[in-house]
Amino acid sequence: MELTAKSAAELHTLLESREISAVELTKAFIERINAIEDKVKAFMTLTEESALMQAAEVDAKLSRGDKLRPLEGIPMALKDNMCTEGVRTTCSSKILENFVPPYNATVAELLRQAGAVMLGKLNMDEFAMGSSTENSAFHVTRNPWDLERVTGGSSGGSAAAVVADQAVFTLGSDTGGSIRQPAAFCGVVGMKPTYGAVSRYGLIAFASSLDQIGPFTKDVRDNALVMNAIAGHDPKDSTSVPYDKPDYTKFLLNDIKGLKIGIPREYFGQGIDTEVDKVLRQALATLGSLGAEVEECSMPHTEYAMPAYYLIAPAEASSNLARYDGVRYGYRTEDSEDIISMFKKTRAEGFGSEVKRRIMLGTYALSAGYYDAYYLKAQKARTLIKQDFDRVLEKFDVLVAPTAPTVAFKFGEKSTDPLAMYLSDVCTVPLNLAGLPGITLPAGFAGGMPVGLQLMGKPFDEGTLYRVAYTFEQNTDFHKAKPAFSGEVA
Amino acid sequence: MSVFDRYEMVCGVETHVELATKTKIFCGCTTEFGGEQNTHVCPVCLGLPGVLPVLNREVVNLAIKAGLALNCEIAEFSKFDRKNYYYPDLPKNYQTSQYDLPICKNGWLMIETAEGQKKIGITRAHMEEDAGKLVHGGETITTSDESYVDYNRTGVPLLEIVSEPDMRSISEVLAYLEQLVQILEYTEVSDCRLEQGSVRFDINVSLRPRGSTELGIRTETKNLNSFSSVRRCMEYEIARQAEVLDAGEKVVQETRTWDEGRGITLSLRSKEEAHDYRYFPEPDLVPMVIDREWVEEIRKTLPELPAARRERLQILGLSAYDAEVITSSKGLADFFDKALRQCEDAKSLTNWVMGDFTRLLKANEVSVVDSPISPEQVAEMVNLIEKGTISGKIAKSVIEEMFATGKDASVIVKEKGLAQISDESALIKIIDEVIAANPASVEDYRAGKERAIGFLVGQVMKASKGQANPGLVNKLLKERLG
Ligand SMILES: [Zn+2]
Repeated sequence: MELTAKSAAELHTLLESREISAVELTKAFIERINAIEDKVKAFMTLTEESALMQAAEVDAKLSRGDKLRPLEGIPMALKDNMCTEGVRTTCSSKILENFVPPYNATVAELLRQAGAVMLGKLNMDEFAMGSSTENSAFHVTRNPWDLERVTGGSSGGSAAAVVADQAVFTLGSDTGGSIRQPAAFCGVVGMKPTYGAVSRYGLIAFASSLDQIGPFTKDVRDNALVMNAIAGHDPKDSTSVPYDKPDYTKFLLNDIKGLKIGIPREYFGQGIDTEVDKVLRQALATLGSLGAEVEECSMPHTEYAMPAYYLIAPAEASSNLARYDGVRYGYRTEDSEDIISMFKKTRAEGFGSEVKRRIMLGTYALSAGYYDAYYLKAQKARTLIKQDFDRVLEKFDVLVAPTAPTVAFKFGEKSTDPLAMYLSDVCTVPLNLAGLPGITLPAGFAGGMPVGLQLMGKPFDEGTLYRVAYTFEQNTDFHKAKPAFSGEVA
Repeated sequence: MSVFDRYEMVCGVETHVELATKTKIFCGCTTEFGGEQNTHVCPVCLGLPGVLPVLNREVVNLAIKAGLALNCEIAEFSKFDRKNYYYPDLPKNYQTSQYDLPICKNGWLMIETAEGQKKIGITRAHMEEDAGKLVHGGETITTSDESYVDYNRTGVPLLEIVSEPDMRSISEVLAYLEQLVQILEYTEVSDCRLEQGSVRFDINVSLRPRGSTELGIRTETKNLNSFSSVRRCMEYEIARQAEVLDAGEKVVQETRTWDEGRGITLSLRSKEEAHDYRYFPEPDLVPMVIDREWVEEIRKTLPELPAARRERLQILGLSAYDAEVITSSKGLADFFDKALRQCEDAKSLTNWVMGDFTRLLKANEVSVVDSPISPEQVAEMVNLIEKGTISGKIAKSVIEEMFATGKDASVIVKEKGLAQISDESALIKIIDEVIAANPASVEDYRAGKERAIGFLVGQVMKASKGQANPGLVNKLLKERLG
């Protein structure tokens, strides 16, 4: 197996046994990126030089005979909405094209401290608004399983880089499915943690009450390892929750006997591709055969999730994105007569159309006279959706649903129809509204494209999700499949 | 005929006061005034992409303290909201403030009016962050080719205190503002440095025909930063509104701005142009649950408030006027109280503190907290007068010397030999000389002209370089001339 195709856990063993050096490993990834990046285009920015320096530090440590921590020397990359000191952070937007943060996001800092080697920053839908990464102001990212298809989004670069072996793991952010949907489309493992489990400090906000950072990995074990490094209370984020962070690898048990798994029927209704449905039914049968008690349940307010989400997220975004005005940093229009025209032109020229659409939606939803009918009502719906989850999760340990209603679609297929695009998040959005954790993992293929199985759990019970996901993974081979593309270049 | 014969004025005030915390409301930057532009800043208060606010608990403590001093209810559940509007001094283009669940509400304070005491309602008080400061190349932001922003002040904590429209005259408004500032200063909620812009007032004024109970249409004049501006602004605005009403027209509901130089108010924006701030709950902060124990802890730290202090001083024998002057600032009142602890004569101490001591502070442009002489030193000096060691006249030069050197009064008296002459034989010697030198005045006195004694006492004082005990001189003179 190619070095770049290995998991973090495998590479850790190779590093510790001195079979490879950290610099060799980083170089292998840089070569891999250079070889295929033309086709995939997962990255926004590469940081080869600093990556090699970080790797050299790890080698120095190894030569002193020190033990390595699990992620030490492991090459990774971050979605380009996480601030990295001295490394430009664009949110794939023209308005931040040349923005170089003077500080590190907490997750960037934690991974640096954990010794992980940062290869660069990853492409995304502009300001994380989108479900295909077609909204990047710079370029699209292609799905390694079929270069004519999207990676999903908004963390498309994060998903593609992992499946294309351009990084061992990556971080993405999930506001309405932006980790889980691209992870499913690209056939990797993606975790959206409980709201408040991972610090948002330094994550460039889209919708503050929904955004959450999480890992993309090749398998479940790696995912738990990365969560160990990034989760936990951060005093810099008032919404991060002080809780007893477990060692997530302790949950990697190949055993789900007696676990209660709920199947919310609302997630398997209209709009789910029949092929996708078939794969998921098979996955449910597998879980049942492994000893879980699988039973159908109902979450009647699920249908209100999409409209509520498309009021709350744009409302928060309209305020979060107000700071991009050309006064302090980022893009400023070339010609303006006065301060008002500077604001207007800077924003008109700096933002893409989807971002503008959501700013307008959100501004409208918060406006005097409309607030009660839209924003407030959406918040009430959010409460009802949360109560649905609370109720079923009293009975079940884990809920299972599709991650996305279809497999990855073709470029341009939905980009002209915002509503069709929004619907690709229909299975992921409710969880963000409820603030709960969810994981997606490869569950099979439909028409040659990966299908993701979504597991949803109780607050701060990422452990049980890992347990179920690990058991499924240990008893299936879907995660081992590689896109043909992979071989083509190797 | 005065405007007030025809119209009754109704006024409410919004006061924005900087809270006296060491650091800003949502980050660790200093709140210190001044400093080179854009040096008291960090990613958080600059609103850089990705940053998050963390509430400074001391801000909540001070807000609760102010609320208690203003007789407010302290909310058990309170939250922050975003107030959205675009302005280059606002780095996030929204201000984190409080909208529908302010920390304090339903309070009051008492003012003194010509008709006696009057209660002024406090609708609410809420916490928010200050904006930065704009420096324009030209007159205004729209007419300048370039403008600069200093974000040092961005994120300094403010408390906005909103009064009920309970005031009916300019003097009531000024009394309210003075009381309010005094209370905030006493409780150390704010330094209340008006000259540094740490207190700003928005004045809502409307007129209505005498006898009417309906409210007139109001204007709001924003950002006044001194009592004198408030007075002048109100005089102007009342006259302007009266003129509009006299002409049978309607006052336009609008926001106005005060032009200090020209002494007029100008329209800033009408009701139709008013901002839609699109308030919504701040998702980056969690709501505050303020348990009653917390409130009670803070109540324990409340100092004696000005009204209570005035009452206590009057019981000690001070006149209402003197008590008012002494308590006008916490610094002076504290100074007085400390001195009083070592001084028996409250009345004499009052005269010295309000008189020469205050005059010297002003002449040397130092505030009472930076006084070069301590309350104990002033007390000692007053005690020397009461004991007859020095005369009041000598004391005037002694306190000057104390102020200049910081020395104790007793030390100065000793060094300069200023102690009063109360030795009768020494005084008789001087008296005899004066009698011999002023036969005409002696004649006058003996002829029944009582006033002549004053002249002779003066001559004795002069001959003794002011050190003779004047009471004793008077007595001895009369005996000698007897
Ligand atoms: Zn700061």
